[in-house]
Amino acid sequence: MTDRIITYAEAIREAIGQVMETDDSVFMLGEDIGIYGGAFGVSGDLYQRFGKDRILDTPISELGIVGAAVGAALVGMKPIVEIQFSDFTAQAMDQIVNQAAKIHFMLGGELSVPMVLRAPSGSGTGAAAQHSQSLETWFAHVPGLKVVMPSSPYDAKGLLLAALDDPNPVIVLEHKLLYKTSGHVPEEQYRIPIGTSNRVREGDAITIVASGVMVSRSLAAAEELARGGVQVEIVDVRSLSPLDMTPINASIQKTGKVMLVQEAPKHVGFMAEIAAQIAEGPALYSLTEPVKRLCGLDVPIPYAPQLEKSVVPQLEDIVAVALELKAGI
Amino acid sequence: MTSIAPLISPSAGQVSQDVEAAKAALESLMAIRFFEEAVDGLFARGLMHGTMHLSIGQEAVATGVCAALRRTDFITSTHRGHSHCIAKGADLTRMMAELLAKQTGYCRGRGGSMHIADVETGNLGANGIVAGGIPIAAGAALAQKMKGTDNVVVSFFGDGATNEGAFHEALNLAAIWDLPVIFVCENNKYGMSNSTEFSMKIDQISERAASYGFPGVTVDGNDVDAVHDAAKVAVERARLGQGPTLIECMTYRHKGHSKSDKNLYRTKDEIENWKTKDPIGRFENTLMELGTLDQDQIDAIVEKTREAVRTAITEASEAPDSDPAELLSSVYREVRK
Repeated sequence: MTDRIITYAEAIREAIGQVMETDDSVFMLGEDIGIYGGAFGVSGDLYQRFGKDRILDTPISELGIVGAAVGAALVGMKPIVEIQFSDFTAQAMDQIVNQAAKIHFMLGGELSVPMVLRAPSGSGTGAAAQHSQSLETWFAHVPGLKVVMPSSPYDAKGLLLAALDDPNPVIVLEHKLLYKTSGHVPEEQYRIPIGTSNRVREGDAITIVASGVMVSRSLAAAEELARGGVQVEIVDVRSLSPLDMTPINASIQKTGKVMLVQEAPKHVGFMAEIAAQIAEGPALYSLTEPVKRLCGLDVPIPYAPQLEKSVVPQLEDIVAVALELKAGI
Repeated sequence: MTSIAPLISPSAGQVSQDVEAAKAALESLMAIRFFEEAVDGLFARGLMHGTMHLSIGQEAVATGVCAALRRTDFITSTHRGHSHCIAKGADLTRMMAELLAKQTGYCRGRGGSMHIADVETGNLGANGIVAGGIPIAAGAALAQKMKGTDNVVVSFFGDGATNEGAFHEALNLAAIWDLPVIFVCENNKYGMSNSTEFSMKIDQISERAASYGFPGVTVDGNDVDAVHDAAKVAVERARLGQGPTLIECMTYRHKGHSKSDKNLYRTKDEIENWKTKDPIGRFENTLMELGTLDQDQIDAIVEKTREAVRTAITEASEAPDSDPAELLSSVYREVRK
């Protein structure tokens, strides 16, 4: 395999381009994905390569865009919708939740909606409360949707290619802070099965469970903790629906301590589900300390950089809470 | 299995002037009427569960529009959708089985009255969300354009749907992309209890097409010929790649909105007045006046469709109940390895 270092955004673009070259049913639609190249530059030169009919620029019309994708998917197309900021999915929620998610089941199983909906998610850009949310729990709570959160360029490509093979609606929540980060990505196509968690670091002291940008932040925290002799194990929940608990339970059985790190507000967040499944599962009695959650504050994301940083777990927060958990505080 | 004969567009002139087209249209009108009356009766006798929204009085819209379509064309439908399903050619037994919560129903008992879809006849699904099907129709039309077919998509919806954002977003997308879609509004004067006079400031919903830059027409929705004539023009326009049309069909539902309706918002006089404009009686009279069909021929069609609905009830009643064992494995389609 030809391995290069490319960015997360380039990995996504490469996956889309590779599939569009061989599959005429795949097309992309969204706001400013044409000549502009996408608000975060993901579509880039795809417009020049594939033309305006397959990289379909749309008006600002999220409900219409997603509805059009659902309709096209029902009759044999494979649309990739880009919603400019994941916050704007709120404008399109009927088509995502009441239509795309339900059609296969509710209509008896003959139809399905093979749609991929990509949306930049998360905070850290100073864009404030309506452009910075982490809404994964909304989607993960709806039967019929699959939800993935790639945490690296490698996963961004592999999960997107898997999403494009999937006959069901798949929500891909990409993190804005990751678009410009780089990593090893094979040029060839490869698929990461949706529904697999990934152990991204080995350790024996504490298990950290995280998604999205919290994975790279936890990895950075782990390096600092390692300098103090604390080796943490990190499991990346890159697929929220379906959810794979196996590596999480296996890790807890080894470490006896688990810390759940989440950017989204704590109350009813996805890590509450992980905590519940730990409590219901085989690793419960391996725990020597209560489950620890380190989450976003239950407030809208504020604008000022010092405010924004203070509501979302930062590297030093992860280190501090990990040390507390290690010490049994 | 039991379904009506496929609707036929007359090669020239109006539906009522063409013997085969008229026979098929009358069969559609009667099948819808008998199906809805049967459903109403089964519900009243406690033999049917849930709720339903009946199309009695509105049969000419689905019939007139679908007479202008091919089998390979698509439709999206609404909570009041039995008429669209039947006119597009759905199997009455599978429809009745769905309403009777049977495993052999179109949705295997998971959808009920508001969610019938039929892939074979291009019915992409009724919809429990007002206006939910309109953007989906635009998307299905976008796909036809991308694939280079000359199939068209019809989206049926009610007057109430035209106040939803989804209606406006879908019409705009269809307009800017010249999509082969026909927006058919069944204006039955009421969105549940709210009249169109209450809910909008314009006289006719067809006026709304102007703000998106394509034609909008208002027709007598209780006249099969008027509906078909408008649909034919719109379908031809769509097939030629000239873009969408909005057709507003003025009609009336004789029954309430759903099972909870006590008809407090409209008068008996109004209901009785509209019953005098019943689309089926009018169509039969036209056929006899024109000499297209005589009373015996009409009676034969009426009897045939009555029997078809009876057969649907019998066959559906004998089917097994829907099965909870398959629920968890039915939420997602399996990924092909």
